[in-house]
Amino acid sequence: MKYLCLVYADENLLHSLPESPRDAECLEYAERIHSSGRMLAAEALQPVSTATTVRMRQGKVTITDGPFAETKEQLAGFYLVEARDLNEAIQLAANIPAARVGCVEVRPIRELSPE
Amino acid sequence: MVALIPQAAIDAIYRAESRRILASLIRLLGDFELAEEALQEAFAAAMEQWPRDGIPQNPRAWLVSAGRFKAIDGLRRRARFSASLNAIAAELEEEAREQPIGEEIEDDRLRLIFVCCHPALSVEARIALTLREVCDLTTEQIARAFLVSPATIAQRIVRAKQKVRTARIPYEVPARSELPERLDAVLKVLYLVFNEGYFASSGESLTRTELSGEAIRVARLLVELLPEPEAEGLLALMLLHEARRPARLSADGLAIALDEQDRTLWRRDLIEEGEHLVERALRSRRFGPYTLQAAIAAVHSEAICPEETDWAQIVGLYDALLRFDPSPVVELNRAVAVAQRDGPAAGLELVDALLAAGDLSNYHLCYAARADLCRRLGRRDEARLAYERAIELSKQEVDRLFLERRLASL
Repeated sequence: MKYLCLVYADENLLHSLPESPRDAECLEYAERIHSSGRMLAAEALQPVSTATTVRMRQGKVTITDGPFAETKEQLAGFYLVEARDLNEAIQLAANIPAARVGCVEVRPIRELSPE
Repeated sequence: MVALIPQAAIDAIYRAESRRILASLIRLLGDFELAEEALQEAFAAAMEQWPRDGIPQNPRAWLVSAGRFKAIDGLRRRARFSASLNAIAAELEEEAREQPIGEEIEDDRLRLIFVCCHPALSVEARIALTLREVCDLTTEQIARAFLVSPATIAQRIVRAKQKVRTARIPYEVPARSELPERLDAVLKVLYLVFNEGYFASSGESLTRTELSGEAIRVARLLVELLPEPEAEGLLALMLLHEARRPARLSADGLAIALDEQDRTLWRRDLIEEGEHLVERALRSRRFGPYTLQAAIAAVHSEAICPEETDWAQIVGLYDALLRFDPSPVVELNRAVAVAQRDGPAAGLELVDALLAAGDLSNYHLCYAARADLCRRLGRRDEARLAYERAIELSKQEVDRLFLERRLASL
């Protein structure tokens, strides 16, 4: 089963705390999941100040800057993993280095039905 | 040849075995709702067949097996309209062929408890699901006990089951490495259910006693299947409090303070069981806050009258408890114990320090403690002010009446 692990953190703290993860550590962890065969995709994101929000309303595109809502913690990256069940997904999420300064939302993937 | 099997015999089997059978059906069928239907159908089949053929050697295994095949049949019938149901039915059938129900079926109740109390579910959902699935209370009973509408409880249970299915919460006892955290989640649910039945003032008292009884029953089962020290500690804590139930309310329904209770009404059988469990948990050296709270309750239980209470030991236990749970409420309880050991002035100093720190400045029991200590020191005006503040802040009728009586007796 596929789970998306969404990494949220306060961007101002993500890289500035003593326990903040370094890129090398994040790469290493991604490599570990990869070699266990459970990695589908993972990326880190640029800060939320670079985000653009797009909506389609009555056939018209509206574009605004920033995320859809002001929150204390921002989406900083994601891991798409293959796990046996929620417990395994939780284990994978708990060991994401950024979980030490932020939090990880674990969401099961909904398979779209083609009909 | 068994001529007649009374309904009562089947009812008795239902009461004794239905949760264990349900737990196994959930494992075998992988779905709560399917398993519940299968359970009902299995008992319906028993009512039909047992009076004719006699009660089978192992009724539990018979019922699990019957439920399993009823569920597969049901899926097959519905599968005419859905290919995916057909696939599920085929898979279950295959499993049933490969692993038929033997005489010795696993006890799946521990799995059921851990799924219902999974920390990925909200505490409210965990409580509702546990009472429904593990204890077999109806949604109406749960709703009455928690003073919410049956629709709210039903919705909580439906959503919880949906999450179990959609997020795929596994039907398993957690591995050693995850056990402490996961056991905490279970113990918290039992603790809250017990407290709701013991301390809350509203609701029907019968339902409430049942609620505490259910918490104790599940805790006993937990200790039997997984004898972890903190599970024993929590069971002991609940038993030692339950032992005082006959003495804790006056005839007109007012709370009676511990030092004014008629201790001959305390249930010695529950106290003995509780004390035995506390000792075992303490000896393990892997105990936690529930065991320490139980140990404190046990020290009270040992005293034949309030004057005999070993307050020095209680203060020591609160010191240990503070290391696990450094909360101001524990500090307050410790201060009250210090007042008993060293005199009211020593206790008042600690209570005032807590009030000055601010965390408890809206907590009625902190003012009630201050009032009581001032009263014992002969400082009546200060006592009156503190009682008045406590009454103002107390949310429950029982507390308010208790405090008003104290105020009047100044």
